[in-house]
Amino acid sequence: MTSATQRRAYGAERAPYARRSPAPARARTAAAPYAFLVPAAVLFALFFALPIGYAIWLSFRKVHVSGLGLGAGARNEVWAGLENYTDALKDPELLDGALRVLGYGCIVVPLMLGLALLFALMLDTERVRLTSFSRLAIFLPYAVPGVVAALLWGFLYLPDVSPFYYVLDALHLPQPDLLDGGALYGALANIAVWGGTGFNMIVIYTSLRAIPAEVYEAAKLDGATPFQIAVRIKIPMVAPSLVLTFFFSIIATLQVFSEPTTLKPLTNSVNTSWSPLMKVYQDAFGKGDIYAAAAEAVLIALATLVLSFGFLRAANRRNKQEATR
Amino acid sequence: MPNPRRRHLFKVAASAVAATLGATALAACGSSDDSKAESGPVSLTYWTWTPGMDKVVDLWNQGEGKKDKIHVTVKKQASGDSLVTKILTAHKAKKAPDLVQAEYQALPTLVSNGALADISKDVGDAKSKFASGVWQQTTLGTDAVYAVPQDIGPMMFYYRADLFKKYKLTVPTTWEEFAETARKLKKAAPDKDLTTFSANDSGLFAGLAQQAGAKWWTTSGDKWKVAINDTATQKVADFWGGLVKEGVIDNQPMYTPAWNKALDTGKQIAWVSAVWAPGTLTTAAPDTKGKWAMAPLPQWSKSENVTGSWGGSSTAVTTDSAHRSAAAKFAAWLNTDADAVSALAKDSGIYPAATSAQTSGAFTTAPDYFSNQPDFYAKAAEIAKTTAPSAWGPNVNVAYASFNDAFGAAAKNKSDFGAALDTMQEATVADLKKQGFGVSQ
Repeated sequence: MTSATQRRAYGAERAPYARRSPAPARARTAAAPYAFLVPAAVLFALFFALPIGYAIWLSFRKVHVSGLGLGAGARNEVWAGLENYTDALKDPELLDGALRVLGYGCIVVPLMLGLALLFALMLDTERVRLTSFSRLAIFLPYAVPGVVAALLWGFLYLPDVSPFYYVLDALHLPQPDLLDGGALYGALANIAVWGGTGFNMIVIYTSLRAIPAEVYEAAKLDGATPFQIAVRIKIPMVAPSLVLTFFFSIIATLQVFSEPTTLKPLTNSVNTSWSPLMKVYQDAFGKGDIYAAAAEAVLIALATLVLSFGFLRAANRRNKQEATR
Repeated sequence: MPNPRRRHLFKVAASAVAATLGATALAACGSSDDSKAESGPVSLTYWTWTPGMDKVVDLWNQGEGKKDKIHVTVKKQASGDSLVTKILTAHKAKKAPDLVQAEYQALPTLVSNGALADISKDVGDAKSKFASGVWQQTTLGTDAVYAVPQDIGPMMFYYRADLFKKYKLTVPTTWEEFAETARKLKKAAPDKDLTTFSANDSGLFAGLAQQAGAKWWTTSGDKWKVAINDTATQKVADFWGGLVKEGVIDNQPMYTPAWNKALDTGKQIAWVSAVWAPGTLTTAAPDTKGKWAMAPLPQWSKSENVTGSWGGSSTAVTTDSAHRSAAAKFAAWLNTDADAVSALAKDSGIYPAATSAQTSGAFTTAPDYFSNQPDFYAKAAEIAKTTAPSAWGPNVNVAYASFNDAFGAAAKNKSDFGAALDTMQEATVADLKKQGFGVSQ
């Protein structure tokens, strides 16, 4: 593929000088952009469009077994129409999972972005010391893989092995069960916030550093306090990166999988379909029903698209309104 | 072609493509060659999770296998259900390995997906080497043979002998006495539990139900009958649900760091487990080595003497294998040959399914962890003989997942285990029906 591209590219470059045959040369020039697109298009088709298309195809299929299903040929793949979709939409487990993730997202997203913004603003103030150390320290948890983070926190949450509980016990304080009921949401959210704040902080901090110094100078001449500068100037000016981080966070929340999956063996409170993606995994690999799993995955992808792009559009409209004001 | 350089480039590209195609074609030839070359040397791939299996397979490759020109390569895999998924996925692509390790309850699922070959003609007199209840699991009640049994997990009762003495407890012989023991311990030491009910371990619950006489999947004609909430299982569920509700045993899952610690520190002083428990205890509760003892599983009535099984696996040949009879020959050798089975016991630490092996050389001394109980394996072999027959169906995975969720919630809320059992039954039947299996009510 590479050599094919090189060949075409070489031809396109030479074309203007090849006076003897001007007509094919023009055709070649016109073809050049497409030639450049070929590698991307092929990769897109092979590794994006094709698998997604296959998943959609599978979502309209199902397996049909006859009798005891023990002999050869007793199991056939047949057309299912929309059956997998209606089943998924009617499935209380999927809806419950979606609601749980919604509750989880309501804790994670505001808390994580709030902290990220706060840390970014604090790092950006003039008198702060040890900037690079603090930045690295806040960012570091992001480098810890999600599964490792969940294991690490899981051990800290388990009453019998947690050093916190040891201290609580020594001080004769009550020992709450963090892996039960409402506390579980907090426990899971904590893992996400711990891991994600640093990344979002870096994004916001980077756009804070891009604000020209004159803006601050003007504000100071007008007598603005650092607090006013932060609220009236910095936050509005980094609004686009806030929108971006919010967008990423919504997607990450909808896709929460590894944290609850890792904590599952430790507690009775996390079931096999705690989050929608866990349900997809369970159906595909636990129950071996890849058709139902494909339909659920398509539904989740649609919901993610609607939610995240709906948010982006709303944010853009607001920006435009503000610009015209 | 006016431009020589372009021509050259084109040639390079063309030959690159040709080389790639050639490689693919060669690979394709390789695999198709295999199927024809029955007389020449045969190379087999074996997916297993048993530790130390490569050493046992080396015995074959240097002995029997060398004579017959059958070479086996071990590919280490993840255990249990994740391997079933992997086998089924590979089978979809018609690329499953020749030999696989499979737990007994996974056999109907694999057979129903057409992944396992019938090897009844190639395993010779292997049947005579196993207890009939064990062998029956590999035939699924048909004339076919889908696997050769490898190891079994007859269930037993493990307890801290020193702490039982300290709290003046006697080893329970019936489940009634087991409940009494749990209550007595709670009274004597409120911060301790006899054991826990683990909603994560469906295999344990299935074994307990099996002991009580449950037959979860049976066939009549070309229909499956699912009886997960039959009287026997209901009895087991109510018993454990009652203990959890009463608060005399714990309700947290097993195999967590917290559970390990509870065993190691004596917070939990007994464990309903199987013959492989010494291995688990060695890593989970290293500090209490020599303080544990093993006894037969408590019975539902004084006159009975049965146990269930928790775990155990077999060696199966896949339908994708081009050398089924060679593979079956190896599977039979691995699990019945005296040298192979004793190597399995020594290098892999399994408890063999072959009856004669259970009292052979490797099992004359007790496991290191149970050095205080020299007759450990003699007792174990006695208990293994009392294993009740089991009855697995084609969607054990669905039933087990449902067990996890329904019993997890019931254990957490200390609510009715009977209702959880009904949920499990309904989910299992609904899944069979959805797939189109014949299901009788």
